[in-house]
Amino acid sequence: MGNYILMMVTAIFANNILLIRFLGNCPFVGVSTSLDSAIGMSGAALFVNVLSSCITWMLYSFVLVPLELEYLKTVVFILVIASLVQLVEIILQKTAPALYRSLGIYLPLITTNCMIFGVAVLNVQQKHTFMQTLVYSIATAIGFDLALLILAGIRERFSLGRIPPLFQGFPVALITAGLMGLCFFGFVGLGQ
Amino acid sequence: MSSFIREFTKGLWKEVPPFRFVLGLCPTLAVTGHVSSALGLGCGVIFVLLVSNVVISAFRKFIPSKIRVPVFIVIIASAVTIVELTMEAYFYSLYRVLGIWIPLIVVNCLILGRAEAFARKNGIILSIADGLGMGLGYTLSIVSLASLREILGAGTWFGIRVMPASYIGFELLQRPPGAFICLGLILALMNFISLKLEKNEGCGC
Repeated sequence: MGNYILMMVTAIFANNILLIRFLGNCPFVGVSTSLDSAIGMSGAALFVNVLSSCITWMLYSFVLVPLELEYLKTVVFILVIASLVQLVEIILQKTAPALYRSLGIYLPLITTNCMIFGVAVLNVQQKHTFMQTLVYSIATAIGFDLALLILAGIRERFSLGRIPPLFQGFPVALITAGLMGLCFFGFVGLGQ
Repeated sequence: MSSFIREFTKGLWKEVPPFRFVLGLCPTLAVTGHVSSALGLGCGVIFVLLVSNVVISAFRKFIPSKIRVPVFIVIIASAVTIVELTMEAYFYSLYRVLGIWIPLIVVNCLILGRAEAFARKNGIILSIADGLGMGLGYTLSIVSLASLREILGAGTWFGIRVMPASYIGFELLQRPPGAFICLGLILALMNFISLKLEKNEGCGC
């Protein structure tokens, strides 16, 4: 049990998927302009991350490895993730329309999110067990959500402030992310 | 011929990823700590971009519109797998350094973006120009970002010491937070340059 908690703490803080590992930056900078869209993105990311990590892990362990086709993991994983997102969209639309509406456009946007694919590959590279995969994917998604929500909150404040025209938009968002990263960087070594 | 040149050069400045088209941020931030890894990844991206642009352009009349995205993804993923295996076999130290970023070329929005926006609507020759231009532009951009980070961060360029021996590197720049800050500053610089260019064009001198 302690191992899992350690893994969660490390993945959320010391090895934050977004600020330290650089996975998931496009939506990070793109979607963080308002808190509402950030919340939508967070929910969708958590959902898809956990689901896709588990499914790709099972595919890798039970199909690719026995058949010695590990080199096909890139093709297989990305196809699985793309179809999974499509499937989830369709199912959600039919069974939980309220949830579907609240996730909105962020669900399809997640397909090419490097975080989903990256976490799937990381799980396999680090030779996680199934439980570890589950915990790791939840933890990385929480780390992503945390960083995203914090940045969204800060950027909403920005819209009320005065920013030099050169820096408006992406530059100031990136520099803010850098400063946030600096804070999270202080957590490195927490796992030890 | 002039359209070839035009498509080629647009990827080098006007529409250069990732500075003007803010796409593909993750690898940009991650591999630009050292010039060698940036160059390595850039070459991988050029290869995949060329292969995917050519294949998609060649088959564009046969790919049904409804399933075009999964088909594009399979083509891109196959090209990336080729790059992965080649690097693992012949450039092993680069492979170790780049690690997870090689398979992640698949989700680089740049490649899918060019396939969607250009390759499926244009001929093979023009697609080659577009792919080459964008790929080269991307590689040049990440190499320049990497140069900035490596020279100021460690005093070396491509592993060769360029700053005087007394220069203690600003090591933050080579770490993750530094990546964000550097990219933000460069984007601000790009804004500055394009503002200046517009002003010059506007006054008609």
